[in-house]
Amino acid sequence: MTATIPQVAPAASVADRPMVEAVEVHKRFGNLEVLKGITMSVERGQVVCLLGPSGSGKSTFLRCINHLEQIDAGMIRVAGETVGYREKNGRLHELREREVAAQRRKVGMVFQRFNLFPHMTALENVIEAPTQVAGRSKADAKAQARRLLAQVGLADKADTYPAQLSGGQQQRVAIARALAMEPEVMLFDEPTSALDPELVGDVLDVMRGLAESGMTMIVVTHEIGFAREVGDVAVFMDGGVVVEAGDPTQVLVDPREERTRAFLSKVL
Amino acid sequence: MTPSGTLPTESTDLMTATQPSSTAAPEGPRTPSGARPGPIEAVPVRHPGRWIAAVLVLVLGIGAIASILQNPNLDLPTVAEYLFKPLTIDGVLITIWLTVASMIMGVFGGIVVAVMRLSANPVLSVAAMLFIWVFRGTPLLLQLIFWGFIGAFIPKIVIGIPFTSVEFWSFTTSDLIPATVAALLALGLNEMAYAAEIVRAGIQSVDHGQSEAAHSLGMSPAKTLRRVVLPQAMRVIIPPMGNETITMLKSTSLVAIVAGDDLMSNIREAYTQNYKIIPLLIVAAIWYLALTSILSIPQMWLERRYGRGFTGARPTIGSRVATITQGIALPTRPSRASKKGAES
Ligand SMILES: Nc1ncnc2c1ncn2[C@@H]1O[C@H](COP(=O)(O)OP(=O)(O)OP(=O)(O)O)[C@@H](O)[C@H]1O
Ligand SMILES: [Mg+2]
Repeated sequence: MTATIPQVAPAASVADRPMVEAVEVHKRFGNLEVLKGITMSVERGQVVCLLGPSGSGKSTFLRCINHLEQIDAGMIRVAGETVGYREKNGRLHELREREVAAQRRKVGMVFQRFNLFPHMTALENVIEAPTQVAGRSKADAKAQARRLLAQVGLADKADTYPAQLSGGQQQRVAIARALAMEPEVMLFDEPTSALDPELVGDVLDVMRGLAESGMTMIVVTHEIGFAREVGDVAVFMDGGVVVEAGDPTQVLVDPREERTRAFLSKVL
Repeated sequence: MTPSGTLPTESTDLMTATQPSSTAAPEGPRTPSGARPGPIEAVPVRHPGRWIAAVLVLVLGIGAIASILQNPNLDLPTVAEYLFKPLTIDGVLITIWLTVASMIMGVFGGIVVAVMRLSANPVLSVAAMLFIWVFRGTPLLLQLIFWGFIGAFIPKIVIGIPFTSVEFWSFTTSDLIPATVAALLALGLNEMAYAAEIVRAGIQSVDHGQSEAAHSLGMSPAKTLRRVVLPQAMRVIIPPMGNETITMLKSTSLVAIVAGDDLMSNIREAYTQNYKIIPLLIVAAIWYLALTSILSIPQMWLERRYGRGFTGARPTIGSRVATITQGIALPTRPSRASKKGAES
């Protein structure tokens, strides 16, 4: 792998298609081109950590994977399916809202500001999508939700409203909520950057456990320690392009690119 | 300023402590050396203006009530007679019915109009804007009369192909829209326009991250609106809608213009015959006041229902009263004590 070719995974995977595959993704807001050709592929079970200065397009890229933003050019595939489109007779057809919603079920997303539903308890937050979207029975969904809340260390907070939870607890409920739809890939957009320092550890622990259980994850983070320890690949983005990608220890400790070096010196 | 020699020790009685400073001058800090300071015992600021105003209002109020009660035209027996007459009760029931029906029409129609207004589809959005513009921008009285006389304006309603003579179906308008329906249409459509703006403000008050989270979980736009956005918008929507309901209850009295059977129409009918205008107006006023007072109960219930998760622990009425009384009692207790001391 060289720095100039933004290919994340070596083309070794023959049998398995990558879990997430982005090819030359472009996205603009009005006159501002935010993504200028992002290419990356994430293997099943891989943890990719995305770093980069503010405004480099990290959040936008994650949102494109979930089709919360529509891309202008290029292609994104999740589990082999083109995001937002259906390929038929060599032409692309836009998906209906319902089909987009179905696609999103494969992708779980965790937000910087948690975005828990404040009018529902922790348990109600977790069972909302399984009961309302996946059509699971309430008893079934509740049992699963209790299991997930226990997994993130919040078994005793099931009946608590988000406003009464600490930021770290809210974020862990949000992770449980995303996991309840049994996604194939999880996207994390700076999950710990709105947290008090002493609460960051709990959330990172949950994410580490998730990574160890084999979940495919794309994590936007400025936690260099986490990226080095848990990440399989680190990707440094700037100005809407991938500047450097590769082994986290190499990229984050001994970067090849001057821009990466400059960024890291500011973060560390 | 209290002379430092009279500084009270912790055990000093409140009364004697504040006695020397019967002037409104604030006292200096008094901390018994070393020990934990006791509660502040300051002489409160005097408000002679408030006292004068209160006395004035009391005198005026008592005078007004006395003169009303002594007025021979008041005719309390007539008030009592009409208060529960079938004519009055029937009117009250119609008033309630009109209020409830037009509010239901207004709220649900308002949600639809609000969603249209926020829609990305320009045709829907502009249509909603025009609707709100017309129905909010013209007097309710005008709209009531308009719907009352719609039969004269559009004698026949025809379902067919415009600009051709093809007719599939046609109705005589006055058959389709009798007086009560006209009243309901006028009140309901007018309410829809106001409710739409209230609902829109409510929807827009909900953080955008909420719908993104719902979408990312695979919820459809409709489900997101119903399960995530509207329940949160309700917190913002309910208080003004409570106001709207009270306004609506009173606005139903305008129906009297186009011959309704509501409370005001019936009362007016009665006093045009017996000329006991003031007693009958008092009967109506009593009923309107009673109804608007009762309305605050469902509003309180709804506010609690949709305040879940936003107000710390789920508040009960009991706990709320407790916090209110606590809030009143605690800070005033010391000052009341010192005031007593100052006045004695
Ligand atoms: N909906 C939008 N409309 C217009 N511009 C947008 C929109 N969303 C993002 N942008 C712009 O796109 C650029 C990239 O934003 P993005 O949120 O992806 O950056 P980021 O790398 O996540 O930064 P940060 O570290 O601050 O979160 C920014 O300049 C931002 O102003
Ligand atoms: Mg971001």
